[in-house]
Amino acid sequence: MSILHTVNKSPFTNNVLKTCLEMCSESDSILFLEDGVYGTMPNAPLNDLLLAHVNRGTNVFALSNDVQARGLSQKISDFIQLVDYEGFVKLATHHRCIQSWY
Amino acid sequence: MRKKILLVSRHAPYGTTTAREALDSALAAAVYDQDISLLFIDDGVFQLLKSQSGREIAQKSLDAIISALPYYDIENIYIHTESLAQRHIVAEDIVVANVILLDNTAAAKLFEQQDHILSF
Repeated sequence: MSILHTVNKSPFTNNVLKTCLEMCSESDSILFLEDGVYGTMPNAPLNDLLLAHVNRGTNVFALSNDVQARGLSQKISDFIQLVDYEGFVKLATHHRCIQSWY
Repeated sequence: MRKKILLVSRHAPYGTTTAREALDSALAAAVYDQDISLLFIDDGVFQLLKSQSGREIAQKSLDAIISALPYYDIENIYIHTESLAQRHIVAEDIVVANVILLDNTAAAKLFEQQDHILSF
């Protein structure tokens, strides 16, 4: 079992996503939520590194409610998987533990 | 006495209440007939995106408030062009039509013209 990393800060003004990506293993998952969802935009900082993680097998999710609230539905990268609150709970139960990057 | 007041809004909507507080302050100051300017810079420009849906997270949509600002006589709405460019936001993405785009030099000039600056 692996780790679910949650990121809730915008990568444009905060560097927690960088630390998260440095600590994230390929069997882990990343969930963007709250202002973290700005990190799912194709031109957001660290997008290349994020894509490299995806290509190595990391699953990357975003909380759909936060994406929709911010008007980003049409603006996120293709490789991002959207989950609702119920999906968030499932992810939490399917990982050994959760690391919150905030 | 009428003062020139600049509100500088630097934060994304919803994650914190900072963005909402800037708008509420602008509306309150407008009631007192002050000369209000509002500058969106850094992640503050994310407040201007169309198609927001605050009800998804039980909040009021900020784009609705922003598009109503001209009706409260807040017509000096400025946006920092570099902040837009860094986030790949283009004119068609923005919820209000009559905005003024400022580069670094023009933004610095705007700061100089004020009696008071409030930062959010």
